[in-house]
Amino acid sequence: MEPFVLGFYFFSILTVLPALMVVLSTNPVHSVLWLVLTFFGASGLFILLGAEFLALILMIVYVGAVAVLFMFVVMMLNINFKEIKSKLTKYLPLGILVGLVLFVELGLIFGDFIPELKFNDNNHLEINSEIENTKQLGLVLYTDFFIYFQLAGIVLLIAMIGAIVLTHQRRQDVKRQDILSQIYKNPDSSIELKDIKPGQGL
Amino acid sequence: MDFSQGFGLILIITGQCLLITIGVLLSLAFLMYADRKIWAAVQMRKGPNVVGAFGILQSFADFLKYVFKEIVIPSGSDKVVFLLAPLITFVLSLVAWSVIPFNEGWVLTDINIGILFIFAVAGLEVYGVIMGGWASNSKYPFLGSLRSAAQMISYEVSIGFIIIGILISTGSLNLSKIVLAQNGSYGILSWYWLPHFPMVILFFISALAETNRPPFDLPEAEAELVAGFQVEYSSTPFLLFMIGELMTVVLMCTLISILFFGGWLSPIPIIPDGIFWLILKVLIIFFMFSMVKAIVPRFRYDQLMRLGWKVFLPMSLAWVVIVATLAQFGVSGYVRW
Repeated sequence: MEPFVLGFYFFSILTVLPALMVVLSTNPVHSVLWLVLTFFGASGLFILLGAEFLALILMIVYVGAVAVLFMFVVMMLNINFKEIKSKLTKYLPLGILVGLVLFVELGLIFGDFIPELKFNDNNHLEINSEIENTKQLGLVLYTDFFIYFQLAGIVLLIAMIGAIVLTHQRRQDVKRQDILSQIYKNPDSSIELKDIKPGQGL
Repeated sequence: MDFSQGFGLILIITGQCLLITIGVLLSLAFLMYADRKIWAAVQMRKGPNVVGAFGILQSFADFLKYVFKEIVIPSGSDKVVFLLAPLITFVLSLVAWSVIPFNEGWVLTDINIGILFIFAVAGLEVYGVIMGGWASNSKYPFLGSLRSAAQMISYEVSIGFIIIGILISTGSLNLSKIVLAQNGSYGILSWYWLPHFPMVILFFISALAETNRPPFDLPEAEAELVAGFQVEYSSTPFLLFMIGELMTVVLMCTLISILFFGGWLSPIPIIPDGIFWLILKVLIIFFMFSMVKAIVPRFRYDQLMRLGWKVFLPMSLAWVVIVATLAQFGVSGYVRW
C-alpha cells in the first residue's frame, strides 16, 4: 500500500473513531478530549492534502483556543453523568435522521444517481506545490476574495460585540482598582500633615 | 528508494532526534542548577553546593530521587487523564525543538511554517496543565488549572501578534529564513531587536506569562494554592511536569534569540557565525528569566489579566498596523524580502 493511502486511512480512523467517542463517552470532559483528537485527525488529513497552513491554523484556533474554552466551561459545570446517558436513547431517532440526510447528500454527490449533481474531478483546484502554501492563500485572499474575506471579518466582529454586550455587566458593589490614579499618586495628594496640640484631639 | 536506503534514512533521523533530545535534556540539567544558583545568589544564600564540585550535579541527584519515589495516584482521580497530563506536557515541549534551527542547515525538519508549528505546539501545552488539574479531583489543582488556562490563552494572543510583526518584516514563516533575514552588514544593529524594539520587551514578558514563570506563576502560587495543578503529583509524573515546564522556558529563550537576536549570527560581521552564538544568546536570556524570578514580586490575578488584555493586546495589535505601514512604504529595516 502506498504511504499516502496508509496515511489517509490512519488519519481517517483518527478522525472518525474519536468523533464517535465524543458522543458515546459519559464524561463531558472526556468528550472534549476526544474532540481534540478528532481535530488532530482532521489536521493530519489537511497535511496529507498538502495544505499544511490550514492544518496548523486548525490546530491553533480549534485545539489551542476553542476546545480549551469548551473544556473550561464543561469542567466547571456540575453535571449528572447518568442523566445525560439516559437521554442518549431519547435523541437517537433524531440523530439517525440527521445522519441519514447527510448520508443521502453525500451519496447524491459521489454516487451516479443524478448526473448533474455528480462530483466532478475537474472542478476543484489542484494545490500548487511550487509556491508556499501561505503565500498562495495570501495571494487570493486579499485580491480575488477581498470582499468575502472582509465581510467574514465583519460578521465575526459583530458576533464578538454581541457576545460582549450580552454577557457584560458592571457590578456596582465591588471595589475596583484604578491603576492610573494609583501610579500618579504622590505624597502631596495623599498625605496631609496636621499640627495637633497636646491635650486636644482633631 | 529501496528498503536499505529507507532504513538508513530512518536511522539517520532517529540519530538526529536522539542528539537533540539528549542535548536539550542534558543542558536542562545544568540550566536548572544555574537557575537555583542565581536565585540563591540574589538572596545571598549558597544554593545547592553538596553534590559534585560546587553542587553542579545536583540536578542528577534530584532526578534519581524523583524516579525512585513511589507514584501516588489519588483514589478519586481520573487515572488515565491523570497520568496522561504530565506526558503531554513533556512530549509537547520536546516536539517543538524539531523545527528550531541551531545553525545554518542544522535543523531536524526545515518546514516552511516552522514558527506556526511552534505556536501551535505552545498552544497545546495548556492541555497538560488543565488535564492534570482536573483529573486530580481536588480543589487546589482545579483552581490552579483554571487560572493557568485563562492566563496562557490571554498571553498567546499578544505573542501571536508580535510574531505577525516579525513575519511581515521577513516575508516567510520559516525560522531559518527569519534568522537569515537578520544577516546584515551592521551585525548586531541589523537584528530585529532594533526595528522591533518595543516588542522585544513585550515578547519577553508574555513569554514569562506563557510559561507560568514568576512573576506570573499564579497557577502554582504556593501561598494561595499550595502548588497549583501539581499538588497531587509525585515522583516521575511530577518530574515530567517540571522538566516540561523548564524545557518550554528554554524554548522561549531560544525563540526570543531567533526572532529578535539573530539566532546563530555573530554580533560583529567579521567574526564567524555559529551555534556558539545561539547558545550564548539563550544563556543570557535565561539569566534574565532567572533574575526576574528572583527580583520581581508576584502579580495579582486581575492585574495579570488587565496587563494581558488591556495593555499588551492593544499595543501588539497597533504594532502590527505600524509595521505593515512601514513595510508598505519600504522603510529600510522593516522590509527584508
